Amino acid sequence: MSVFINKKTKVVVQGITGRDGSFHAGQMKAYGTKVVGGVTPGKGGTRVNGVPVFNTMEEAVAKTGANTSVIYVPPAFAVDAIYEAVDAGIKTIVCITEGVPANDMMKVYPYLKKNGARLVGPNCPGLISPDESKVGIMPGSIVKKGPVGVVSRSGTLTYEAIWALTCEGLGQTTCIGIGGDQVIGTNFIDCLEAFQTDPATKAIVMIGEIGGSDEEEAARFIKKKVTKPVVAFIAGQTAPPGKRMGHAGAIISGGTGTAAEKIAALNKVGIPVAASPTEIPGLMKELMGRSTKKVAVKKVKKTARKPTPKKKTGGKKKTAARKPAAKKTTGKTRATKTTRLTSLKKAAKKSKTKTTGAKKKTARKTGKSKKA
Amino acid sequence: MKIHEYQAKEIFADAKIPVPAGEVATTPVEAFEIAQRLNRPVMVKSQVHVGGRGKAGGIKYAENAEAAKVLAHQILGMDIKGLKVKKVLVTVAEDIISESYVGIILDRATKNPVIMVSPAGGVDIEEVAAKTPEKIFKLYVDPVEGLQAYQARNLAYKLYRDIGQVRKAADIIMKLYGIYWDVDASLVEINPLITNTGGEVIALDAKLNVDDNGLYRQPQVAAMRDLDAEDPYEVQAREGDLSFVKLDGNIGCIVNGAGLAMATMDLVKRYGGEPANFLDIGGSSNPEKVVTAMRIILSDPKVKAILINIFGGITRCDDVANGIVAAFKQLSPSVPVVVRLTGTNEKQAYEILKSVNLPSADTLDNVVKKAIELAGE
Repeated sequence: MSVFINKKTKVVVQGITGRDGSFHAGQMKAYGTKVVGGVTPGKGGTRVNGVPVFNTMEEAVAKTGANTSVIYVPPAFAVDAIYEAVDAGIKTIVCITEGVPANDMMKVYPYLKKNGARLVGPNCPGLISPDESKVGIMPGSIVKKGPVGVVSRSGTLTYEAIWALTCEGLGQTTCIGIGGDQVIGTNFIDCLEAFQTDPATKAIVMIGEIGGSDEEEAARFIKKKVTKPVVAFIAGQTAPPGKRMGHAGAIISGGTGTAAEKIAALNKVGIPVAASPTEIPGLMKELMGRSTKKVAVKKVKKTARKPTPKKKTGGKKKTAARKPAAKKTTGKTRATKTTRLTSLKKAAKKSKTKTTGAKKKTARKTGKSKKA
Repeated sequence: MKIHEYQAKEIFADAKIPVPAGEVATTPVEAFEIAQRLNRPVMVKSQVHVGGRGKAGGIKYAENAEAAKVLAHQILGMDIKGLKVKKVLVTVAEDIISESYVGIILDRATKNPVIMVSPAGGVDIEEVAAKTPEKIFKLYVDPVEGLQAYQARNLAYKLYRDIGQVRKAADIIMKLYGIYWDVDASLVEINPLITNTGGEVIALDAKLNVDDNGLYRQPQVAAMRDLDAEDPYEVQAREGDLSFVKLDGNIGCIVNGAGLAMATMDLVKRYGGEPANFLDIGGSSNPEKVVTAMRIILSDPKVKAILINIFGGITRCDDVANGIVAAFKQLSPSVPVVVRLTGTNEKQAYEILKSVNLPSADTLDNVVKKAIELAGE
């Protein structure tokens, strides 16, 4: 199982004749995604990577029965592409395009809502449900089927975290990159809700960054609605206020949106925040171990090594993760591991001993914000 | 992107929002001449992209043109929060009866623009918000329907009693909202919006930030970019299509992806180092970008080691490796460089890097520790 995209997902690529569109149409197809068509006005009737190209979304949907679209068109045309997808009846739209003006996003968002369509992005890497479907640009080689749902505002940082999970034998149900812009179609809460509902997802990794208050809102939501274990990571503790750190959304303004505030909010509801992406799997195993009697982790570990993209295994072990992740030590400090320094690859190989091995814990202060 | 107060006031004036008469000067003599033309007491206001100019001594009152000249001499060249003042706005000094605040920003949670007004203007509005939140009034505007006149009027009533002033303020709020959309602003702010002895309502100050993503369709605003007021390396980086922010440490960082770049910086700090910069080479890995990135980082004398962390997805590690080799040829760096390349074409990349014989590490944590170690040597 998975969320938002699965084996039945039939994708139309908007902007399929462009450099990115054509390349990633090929990559998605190679991964096994049902790429049923592409759209580029004026290029209808041609083919790209064996995929039929149409002039309009309306035609593409009528001829292919697509239910999902992925957008690779330049920023000036991206919002138009979103409207076109909505009007063609598409319910899941993934916008990879970076640089879409916030004003345009504010206007199109109510239209999506009104029409019951979901937008993921813009400025995002898309989604991947291992062994089922990939919509976007995430590398298929780093994922592995399994019980963890991953949601993130970043791109490569997400890959880093996914890879760490995969190396430690923790596969994924679906990995979602929600995008680094200020106005995005799908936020943490939407994804948390979907993961909570999805029976295959036993635990959740949430990767946030500075700017806005989505992580704080997610923390409140988790406290109320999420019973599955959640591990978080927040990037940007060293980011100075007032400077945009690449992503349009990653800016500390007016003293809010700092990593310290977000970490504190998450810790407050009992969610451990990893100090490094490589610590995520360890924390996750701890939580999953605590929240379930029989630990699937042990089992999975056998297969833990640099995985190959084609392999399909794992994740079948039932890990009834029930108990709420909260309860554990809450409050101002939160223990995180600092000694997971061994290389992932090496670690993966001798993983037998690892989790039980000596691990030093250090308290990570969360209260001291305003570090500039 | 930020623009200066005088530029924002040009935009305000074009939209018929009342602003005090004034002009910008780059020399004391120019300031003198402007003050003479205005023929009234003036304010001499430093034009830098930073708040708190007044407190820093960058805004001064001048009784006459001679005084304006002296003050301009003082203020020009002044350092305000690390930024050198290169321009001053010489503008009519108004007699202030009341000061209020009007601002519009994007509210991320509701995905709507939010208009904020407060009768407690003229001071640090964030402090007002923190200490006396009841003095801040907010209106979330439907981005599709736009701002209605009655809504602007209701906000104006929070600021003034007199119906004449309410109408004037409502008109200003409507126009400000228009500007917000028309120039793809991410923030417009009047602090303070004043009433003077003549009963007029005037935007005494003006702040306007523009959404970088909207700049492509705002050529007139894009042309207002003051390269002089920005960090020269950040300018260079932007021209090279890199995202770069200068920091104070000694470990230069070259990373692909903003989130990973931040996480890398955080780890540098965590393991006891100080990052010298944020630098995201972006998704496509044109080798030329790596050269530009290295050049920018090497121009900072504080940098003692460079850390290159690439998680190859679309970015191909071999492209980055080629860039590193090219950078070594062109720049022959005098500080150690440590790399960690993983993902797409990682093997080929390390093959390519053999020619420059660099220390490498296999994980994010290890490359960071290695860089810190090398910087300490």
